Amino acid sequence: MSTVTMVKALINGKPVEVAYGTTILEAAKLVQVKIPTLCKHPDLTASAGCGICIVKVKGNRKLLRACCTPLEDKMEVTTHDSEIVQTRLTVLELILSNHPTDCLICGRNNDCELQKLAAEFGIREDRFERIVPEIPADKSTGTLILEPKKCIKCGRCIDACQNVQDVWALSFMDRGFNTRMAPAGDIKLADSPCVRCGQCSAHCPTGAIFEHDDTRKVWDALQDPEKVVVVQVAPAVRVAVGEGFGYPVGTNLTRKLYAAFRRLGFKAVFDTNFGADLTILEEAGEFVERFAHGKGALPLITSCCPAWVDYLEKYYGDMIQHFSSAKSPHEMVGVLAKTYYAGKQNIDPSKIVVVSVMPCTAKKYEIGRTKDMFASGYQDVDISLTTRELIRMLKHAGIDFNSLPDEEADSILGDYAGAGTIFGATGGVMEAALRTAYFNVTGEDLADVNFYAVRGLEGVKETTVNIKGTEVKIAVAHGLANVKHVMNKVREAIEKKQPVPYHFIEVMACPGGCVGGGGQPYMVTDEIRQQRAKGLYDEDSAMTVRCSHHNPYVQQLYKDFLEKPLSHKAHELLHTTYVSRPLYNK
Amino acid sequence: MIIETLSADVKSVVDRWKDRRGNLITILHDIQDRYGYVPREAALEVSRQMDAPLARIYEVLTFYNYFKLQPPGKFNISVCLGTACYLKGAPALIDEIRGILHVEEGQTTKDGFFHLQIVRCLGCCGLAPVITVGDKVYSAVKRSDVMDIIAEYSKDSVKNG
Repeated sequence: MSTVTMVKALINGKPVEVAYGTTILEAAKLVQVKIPTLCKHPDLTASAGCGICIVKVKGNRKLLRACCTPLEDKMEVTTHDSEIVQTRLTVLELILSNHPTDCLICGRNNDCELQKLAAEFGIREDRFERIVPEIPADKSTGTLILEPKKCIKCGRCIDACQNVQDVWALSFMDRGFNTRMAPAGDIKLADSPCVRCGQCSAHCPTGAIFEHDDTRKVWDALQDPEKVVVVQVAPAVRVAVGEGFGYPVGTNLTRKLYAAFRRLGFKAVFDTNFGADLTILEEAGEFVERFAHGKGALPLITSCCPAWVDYLEKYYGDMIQHFSSAKSPHEMVGVLAKTYYAGKQNIDPSKIVVVSVMPCTAKKYEIGRTKDMFASGYQDVDISLTTRELIRMLKHAGIDFNSLPDEEADSILGDYAGAGTIFGATGGVMEAALRTAYFNVTGEDLADVNFYAVRGLEGVKETTVNIKGTEVKIAVAHGLANVKHVMNKVREAIEKKQPVPYHFIEVMACPGGCVGGGGQPYMVTDEIRQQRAKGLYDEDSAMTVRCSHHNPYVQQLYKDFLEKPLSHKAHELLHTTYVSRPLYNK
Repeated sequence: MIIETLSADVKSVVDRWKDRRGNLITILHDIQDRYGYVPREAALEVSRQMDAPLARIYEVLTFYNYFKLQPPGKFNISVCLGTACYLKGAPALIDEIRGILHVEEGQTTKDGFFHLQIVRCLGCCGLAPVITVGDKVYSAVKRSDVMDIIAEYSKDSVKNG
């Protein structure tokens, strides 16, 4: 018997040839047919939940779901006829009959997959009595809001939470009409293992899971004549914001963003990339202390990602000593804005409002995580917005983003090296750290600063780097479900008192790293993650200064203010601590 | 509710079934048999001992009607809402019980005596409408009978402390 590798079939009478295992949904695209979907997301396992993608297959009396039915040899598929379209319409009408009609005041207005389908199907009346479950919204985390009444029970958030992120904060409770997405036992999300990564919200087709909207606070601050409102923008935002304005995916819009921030009324425009360079000097310093001088536990694990910090505190509390104490880049810029910048500009730090624009929902939690986030004497970062909130603000403000001129950021907290910008992609923090760690150990710069082995979307990337004859074993993981593989190996080695399998580990909670963050524009796929990452790597390779330790402004900051990496002052302002936390508070 | 032997209780159940595939439901059954319901503390302990996410355990607990998450009352009042009982006036009986005991479906009175449960068909449609209290069946119940039935057990509770 020969193995069938290709199948030939007919879709709407058109011949199509695809690899064995290809779904009808995918195969139909090859003959220019779009089968509508609702519960299907390219990132997730097809669950056949909604029934919108039904098709007919000759010889089969049932309607089959195209999202999870593989095309078979000699199959004759019909994707659209009056019976199919009518059935889809009924399915959609039934879903709508359990959905509120407050589209105009919903955060997903104009960006909702259910609304889009309803528009495409031309639904103009309620054929069924509307019954919407009255389940109150859960705003307990301050980062993500659950609105179960807007849930269509597609299960995407649960797949993302349980399988992509291995967090298990959300699941389906009950069944039938009473089914609802909720933490175990209907407790508040803040009392659950939720790490606020926001992948649930990024995968939700409707407004059932939505970021806590902080734009009002920013508008209020900008209107307040007493306040000096400053802004910083994370690496991954600059390559995603354009998706809200029709730019090709991955377009790097750093300088347009700076201009846009000034138009919004921010008094100073900083760049989180500067903070990233600073993080590298502190973190690479920490690594060399541990690796070359035996001071502290190995492996060293990166801690820039607040969802990962939360996850580690909950799931790997026994490994806190391995965590880098360096704060994340935006926290560093925040504390410096209220100390160094305030001093230089002679501004009362109590009047400064620091706004961070992040690809992330967890940053909203991080800004108040511990007392260390108030190292300036005030809350170092006052408000953290997601990319999606920024896009809404720019549209609200009537800024013609696409026509804006390029501008520069404010010195010195706005100048960065290539190493800082690649922080936004998985492997980027590791690559940036290695560039500087190599210099710190050898006193020389790398001939080639590119570490291709840590780039790309493979879930776990393991490699060995040779620093002048010494082997440094590293691992990079992204998507929290991939972390277990790396962390359990380390834990096992420690328990058995064996040599540790790695010296340095980078983790970013979201698949693809921050470019695929929970606060980024919707409908991200691996292709989009790659294009956004490319926007960052291209910027890096075009820069003359590519190593954080060569950023002249970082050097100046140490000279003027912080003395040297890991100095007493640096520890006071730029480092933090962690505590083991229970998975459930209730 | 604090159960001092909880950890050991759960361990004995988990140990008993640990090598069986698909053992979660069986384990939860045994726990409910022991306590009359599945207390949250027990679910958390099962989660720890089996290294199974609590979310998965609650998916199972809330999917099956059989599992109870609240302590049952001393007396379980089941009102049948099957077709025959429904037509013969069971909804009025539920109203009456709600009014007397101040509980909704699935709840237990504050004093822990009575738990109200609605069931679908007890299999004796000829006796409709039917109420059971514990194992005792009351047939052709009228709204005016409800107070007397409840009083019977209230007295019993007082008598037996």
